[in-house]
Amino acid sequence: MQQKKGVLAWALILIAVLFLLVMLVLPLVLVASEALAKGWQVYVKAITEPFAVKALALTLEATVLAVISNTLFGLASAFLLTKFAFRGEALLGACIDLPFAISPVVAGLFFVMLFGRMSPIYPFLRAEHIAIVFAVPGIILATVFVTFPFITRELVPVMEAQGRDEEEAAATFGASGWQIFRHVTLPNIKWALLYGVILCTARAMGEFGAVSVVSGHVRGKTNTLPLHIEILYNEYNFTAAFAVASILVILAIVILILRNLVEWRAKRGLKHAD
Amino acid sequence: MAASRQVIPGFHFTLGITFFYLSLILLLPLAAFLLYASGMGLTKFLEVVIDPRVFHAYEVSFGTSLAAALINGVFGLLLAWVLVRYDFPGKRVLDGLIDLPFALPTAVAGIALTTLYAENGWLGQFFYGLGIPSAFSVFGITIALIFVGIPFVARSVQPVLRDLDPSLEEAAVMFGASPWLTFRRVVFPELVSPLLTGFALAFARGIGEYGSVVFIAGNLPYETEIAPLLIMAKLEQFDYQAAAAIAIVMMAMSFAILLALNGYQRYRSKKQGV
Repeated sequence: MQQKKGVLAWALILIAVLFLLVMLVLPLVLVASEALAKGWQVYVKAITEPFAVKALALTLEATVLAVISNTLFGLASAFLLTKFAFRGEALLGACIDLPFAISPVVAGLFFVMLFGRMSPIYPFLRAEHIAIVFAVPGIILATVFVTFPFITRELVPVMEAQGRDEEEAAATFGASGWQIFRHVTLPNIKWALLYGVILCTARAMGEFGAVSVVSGHVRGKTNTLPLHIEILYNEYNFTAAFAVASILVILAIVILILRNLVEWRAKRGLKHAD
Repeated sequence: MAASRQVIPGFHFTLGITFFYLSLILLLPLAAFLLYASGMGLTKFLEVVIDPRVFHAYEVSFGTSLAAALINGVFGLLLAWVLVRYDFPGKRVLDGLIDLPFALPTAVAGIALTTLYAENGWLGQFFYGLGIPSAFSVFGITIALIFVGIPFVARSVQPVLRDLDPSLEEAAVMFGASPWLTFRRVVFPELVSPLLTGFALAFARGIGEYGSVVFIAGNLPYETEIAPLLIMAKLEQFDYQAAAAIAIVMMAMSFAILLALNGYQRYRSKKQGV
């Protein structure tokens, strides 16, 4: 519904645009400006420096692993929550939402207490030389914890709206569980799934608090890109910090564009179906 | 669980995956945390929790999160309204931009905002000129929390506003109601529920937020120390019990906010159902 625009409408639009420009666009412009403050050569040197490259590799590793395992979990849990009726469904849903109510720092603390020195299983881990906290596995686990609800959350409403009729019909005709999932459920949820994967990726690559607690900050070993930025910044190496940050800004913008493309495609798909 | 009644195959398979995954990622770490925390005893717990420095950190976390969520309530409503009701050049870009705080790593936001609002920063020189220390202050923490919380209210109000039945508003206008009266009496009551949802989510997120706040906070004890930062500080001193005690209070705060929201929504849907 479009209204005729008066002075008030233009004033509201102006305030909204100004708010977003100051709050969101200006910080991005600042990152670019600070990153390039000492010229391209310094910039390129900062992002190709071995510790930065290693941090990027670890960030990518943790993100890819977290997204893959959370995708499997998201599909299984959303299928379970929407296609079957069972006792404890509400409790399960609440458990899945729990990370939203828990500070990432506290989430990191959970893993320190499970695998760290005060844990009952620590003597065993030590004897077997298994390092989880202050090592790469801890970083991956913390990333998984913080991001696991995203895909389930995107899938559940879509699968709920779809209902169970199609799956039940397929089951009556003797289709196997995998066939039903592959040919009936998946085509209906592909855009929601992609959307969830994108959100999960965004959060996973930027996770800071939880990863900070479990990483132990070992340069070149347990530093992700956000942690590397923190170190550079605290060493007053601002240009390098912003240069590395600019990589994450570019990734964030790519994610935003993908997100909008997916949303646009999903809407167009719906219109065609109508 | 009455699996025999399920028509669609795959109940036990998806239940197995979901339960295994949740146990490993969520329940086991949570149990380890609770086990450890229960070992500290009530005296130690109270000693940590009512320590003036810790208490002050809660106050800062709670107060700045509340202020940021309120401000985001106003601007989120404005953004949703402008994006749903008006057409103007650049609207699609603006709409896509709102999700930037979800996609941008918090550490990047943190260093960008700190530089922006520092005494010689692009915006800071203006604020400091007015006598407002905009970085390393409660003001700065609130700015960072506003940044993080922008998407919550806007994104929960937007779909409700879009699906609102226009005939009610048209009727109100036909009967001679002013635009403001129409908004207040017809449109706004429908938006209260999504507005509160977005507000509560932004509030809870603010209390746990670490990455974007830690740089701009300055972290002065009794002044700009936030609760998640204090957990980090206790961890660095290897005082795990104190860290756990603070974490419990933070979790209680977030749960209280989300439970209040849940209770309100149940009350409302019951009232509407009758």
